[in-house]
Amino acid sequence: MKKIFGLIIIVLFAYVFLSFLLVVPFGRKPGHVANYYLDTEPEKLGGKNVVTSVVLIYRGLDTLGEVTVLFLAALGVSALLTGMKRDRKKIRKPSLIVSAGTRYLFPMIVLFGSYIFVHGHLTPGGGFPGGVVIATAFLLGYVALEGIGENIKMFHITEGTAGLLYVITGILGIALAGTFLENFLPLGRFGSVFSAGIMPVLYVFIGLKVGTEMAGLLHSMKGGEHG
Amino acid sequence: MVNGIVFYGIPGLLAIMGLVILLQRENLIKMLIGLSVMETGVNLFIVGTNDVLKGTAPIIEEGFRIYCDPIPQALVLTAIVIGVATTALGLALVIRIYEKKGGISIKDIKEMKW
Repeated sequence: MKKIFGLIIIVLFAYVFLSFLLVVPFGRKPGHVANYYLDTEPEKLGGKNVVTSVVLIYRGLDTLGEVTVLFLAALGVSALLTGMKRDRKKIRKPSLIVSAGTRYLFPMIVLFGSYIFVHGHLTPGGGFPGGVVIATAFLLGYVALEGIGENIKMFHITEGTAGLLYVITGILGIALAGTFLENFLPLGRFGSVFSAGIMPVLYVFIGLKVGTEMAGLLHSMKGGEHG
Repeated sequence: MVNGIVFYGIPGLLAIMGLVILLQRENLIKMLIGLSVMETGVNLFIVGTNDVLKGTAPIIEEGFRIYCDPIPQALVLTAIVIGVATTALGLALVIRIYEKKGGISIKDIKEMKW
């Protein structure tokens, strides 16, 4: 019974994809909305990367919801795994090569993550990938270095402050430009780091929030204490 | 047509493979792996629909005239982050179930029988 149901679902799913293959033409020109974004974005918002403008300004409220979902998931993981007792004796000490290598790699990875989210309006990437890159540095640190990221309270403070500043920037948009998350800063020279108004500011907040959130998530999965 | 098969067919195949794993396996972690594979397939499919022939990435630069559609890329950026969050939450639930029932097979969870 269960197998037949599964088979029916798989066949229906395959049919949907196959019908796309036959019906939707491939490689057609972008639609009206995309053309509007591509034509007017450089003068209106000054961001080189149009995807960033779509994520942060045109669909900014959606991104705020996305950050909220990520926060709720981290909260859920933390709530589910709090108070678990793990056998810590089984954990071996990392070898000298791993810990010495990590000591040099750790600041480099954090620097690279910061580079990604600071240049989010110019190059591919942005706050979410940059934050996740920073979290991988902490993952390496949890594996190889002892006592790193133990001050989990600091992570929570950074995360909360970044989230709050994101919302405050949005509300400043209402006060100064008319709508929520609207640009109110000068656009600057097209293609430089300090350009595109509030986009780099927002991506720095998102990067910090995602980085600390993911690091906190890894910390609770590792079985550390919770702040 | 060849591009269409590559950009629509392979993600579709990946998504169907993920669905088969999700429905046929009894190990909860393997089911989560199936969910991730399926999600990757669907995301690749959505990105595939934005491709324009001879188009470049939607980053405004001198000397390029045809750009790809930026909207599917922005949507997939959201979907990837949500996917990571749900996978993490699912793994936390699996850890809890392992602690409570002593196994990670779906057969260990009698309350979910139908």
